[in-house]
Amino acid sequence: MTKSELIQRLAEANPHLYLRDVERIVTTIFDEITDALASGDRVELRGFGAFSVKERGSRTGRNPRTGDSVDVPSKFIPYFKTGKQLREKLNTHG
Amino acid sequence: MSNQTITRAQLSEAVYQEVGLSRNESADLLESVLAMITDALAKDETVKISSFGSFSVRSKGQRIGRNPKTGEEVPILPRKVLVFRPSQVMKARINAKRSPGSAA
Repeated sequence: MTKSELIQRLAEANPHLYLRDVERIVTTIFDEITDALASGDRVELRGFGAFSVKERGSRTGRNPRTGDSVDVPSKFIPYFKTGKQLREKLNTHG
Repeated sequence: MSNQTITRAQLSEAVYQEVGLSRNESADLLESVLAMITDALAKDETVKISSFGSFSVRSKGQRIGRNPKTGEEVPILPRKVLVFRPSQVMKARINAKRSPGSAA
């Protein structure tokens, strides 16, 4: 499922809304999560999961072609931990 | 750096501010979005949200684990796990605002 398919499904489930508004709703949700992570917050959606940002320290890497060592600066990595209910849903088969 | 925890309340408030719907309906729509993602993943579908990231389901085989307290061997049954891969856009945004020395 892509973002546009998600928008389509949400629009079908809510025929009283303009497609344009459904698009804005979906975009807003993902933008808010990204904004929160970018400002150092975590996002916790009970039952679904939690997004957080972890810092990965600087390290010395190597150019795989030449073998030269290169300094890789520290960076922030977004991380998702699956919520309990979602994890259970993935593992139930009817 | 604010280090707060954002929950459904703030996300549905953002939806409420963005589109002229009631707070209740905004909260319901957020819930629907999460439910639709969950349903797709439960069917082993990959969910790709452009400029955000993708969620995919990975199957793990059975392996032998150990009870760390008793040392007893226990089989860990095959199961499915969810993997989130952030998009380049998200990674760039997270590092742009936070990296030291960036003009902000």
